[in-house]
Amino acid sequence: MMFIDPHIHMISRTTYDYMVMREYGVVAVIEPSFWLGQPRTSAGSFKDYFSSLVGWERFRASQFGIQHYCTIGLNPKEANNEALAAQVMELLPLYACKEGVVAIGEIGYDDMTPAEDKYFCQQLELAQELDMLVLIHTPHRNKKTGASRSMDRCIEYGLAPSRVIIDHNNEETVEEVLARGFWAAFTIYPHTKMGNARMVEIVRQYGCDRIIVDSSADWGVSDPLAVPKTAQLMLERGIPEAQVRAVCYENALAAYSQSNQFSESDWLTSTIDQRELYYGNSVLRGQTPVVETSRDQILIE
Amino acid sequence: MNLRTNCDVTQAIQLLHNCLSRQISREALNWLEEKTNYISQGAAQRLFYTAFSAVPRYLGKQQLTLSTQDLRAAAAIRPGWNPQHWSVDQAGRTLIVLSLPHTDVEKYLWILEQVFTTADVRELVALYQSLPLLPHPEKHCARAAEGVRSNMTSVFNAVALRNPYPADYFDDLAWNQMILKAVFVGSPLYLIHDSDRRANPELAKMLVDYARERWAAKRSVTPELWRFVGYSEGELQALAKVLQTNDIVQQEAAALACAHSPLPQAQKLLACYPHLQAAIGRGDLTWSRFSRDRLGADV
Ligand SMILES: [Zn+2]
Repeated sequence: MMFIDPHIHMISRTTYDYMVMREYGVVAVIEPSFWLGQPRTSAGSFKDYFSSLVGWERFRASQFGIQHYCTIGLNPKEANNEALAAQVMELLPLYACKEGVVAIGEIGYDDMTPAEDKYFCQQLELAQELDMLVLIHTPHRNKKTGASRSMDRCIEYGLAPSRVIIDHNNEETVEEVLARGFWAAFTIYPHTKMGNARMVEIVRQYGCDRIIVDSSADWGVSDPLAVPKTAQLMLERGIPEAQVRAVCYENALAAYSQSNQFSESDWLTSTIDQRELYYGNSVLRGQTPVVETSRDQILIE
Repeated sequence: MNLRTNCDVTQAIQLLHNCLSRQISREALNWLEEKTNYISQGAAQRLFYTAFSAVPRYLGKQQLTLSTQDLRAAAAIRPGWNPQHWSVDQAGRTLIVLSLPHTDVEKYLWILEQVFTTADVRELVALYQSLPLLPHPEKHCARAAEGVRSNMTSVFNAVALRNPYPADYFDDLAWNQMILKAVFVGSPLYLIHDSDRRANPELAKMLVDYARERWAAKRSVTPELWRFVGYSEGELQALAKVLQTNDIVQQEAAALACAHSPLPQAQKLLACYPHLQAAIGRGDLTWSRFSRDRLGADV
């Protein structure tokens, strides 16, 4: 089975993760721009970060047979440094329409402060102006209210629910998100977000329509194999294969291909050539470069 | 210093627009026209930035098809401009950049700087290829030299190959570095515009030093570098050594270098190889024929 992990922060993961992910059938990842574990102190850090998302990280992933996409945005936490946030807003138009950028995101609320609200709305406006999809990060605290208010804002700014992915859902939020016509993504992340046994029950209860599974793996104790492992658990616990494929592959494909930057043919026709260099740099450290001309050799069906 | 060329921006826009209108859909053309109109009328910078990035989303990335007339027109608008290998998105991005108002020079350069410093690889290639067409050409020298320093071969080639900007605007230092780097990264020198005009003794010396270094390590060098050599006794010694090898490609290149050298000893050296001297005399062996027959140049 092929998998998409539509929410993973590869910048904080190792090349070894890419190798293992590919072994387990992950063919494409989406990396939403987020914070770095500590607040950035200047707009220049954002600029380099965004550049690495559309540049080096895309290259590094491709060297291991994984197609890398990203979303561009000012994350909720850092919206609270208003002086900086204003400068980052100036940067966003330089990146939002680059190749492989599939949405504005992840944006939304963390503490639900007025500053967060202000920059969330400005970014919704930008998405509307550029006809882009939006990826919403729902807060860890006061999640239910945060999710509702995020959706209200999207509607207020004229975005169609079918073009918005609400992420980090749980048993409390899923019903409203689905009822209002948004995509409902779930982060399988140890302890803090959603466990995969709980995920199985959600699919059992709500079916597979507009539900998306991702890992959100980052520098924390998290699992870059969360999507394939959840798929395996679902199969073991009797969820029909078609439903597993929908929530671990097809729905992410359907949601993000609306961006015209995300297409199955990208990974079905891609090749690996580890002789390639990016800015003169290689991902290899003395290893023999792998050159594969067809995906057939690497697909695990 | 060198001949300076200011391009007629309106004509360049017209030509690119014509070429694109034959190839892209009405819808894509409408999008492009709308954006370039807004930008030329002074729209907010963010419209320029997003449109510049978004071009392939609307126009695609196929090769631009150009007729011989188009190419002739291009060379007439800007001597040395050769968009033969451009793609549709590169042409579209160039149109967008050419639409940017440029009377406020400082602001114009600042906006370009934002795009250059945040560009992805494909965007960089489009930007560097469009350099010879941009207003205030003399202001882009440092930027072009930065492109030459790039570790991305495609970006380096966008500055160095099929681009008249370096020959027209680089000083000798930047120019010589570019040629030397082209040799290092294996880019074909015959695609460097006006390289014969910009040949100079300092460059010749650097190239021969490089060749000797390679020989000492038992490695070969591209025969193309002899094209720029022949100013001194020491260089003739190197050419004599090349002529003694049994590599006909290297020999032909060295013979051509002798033929173009201003030194009388060079002609004497060439006379020791009467068949090569005769071929050059008949016009059967020239640098352009050499590039075509020995290096696969499609010109
Ligand atoms: Zn995230």
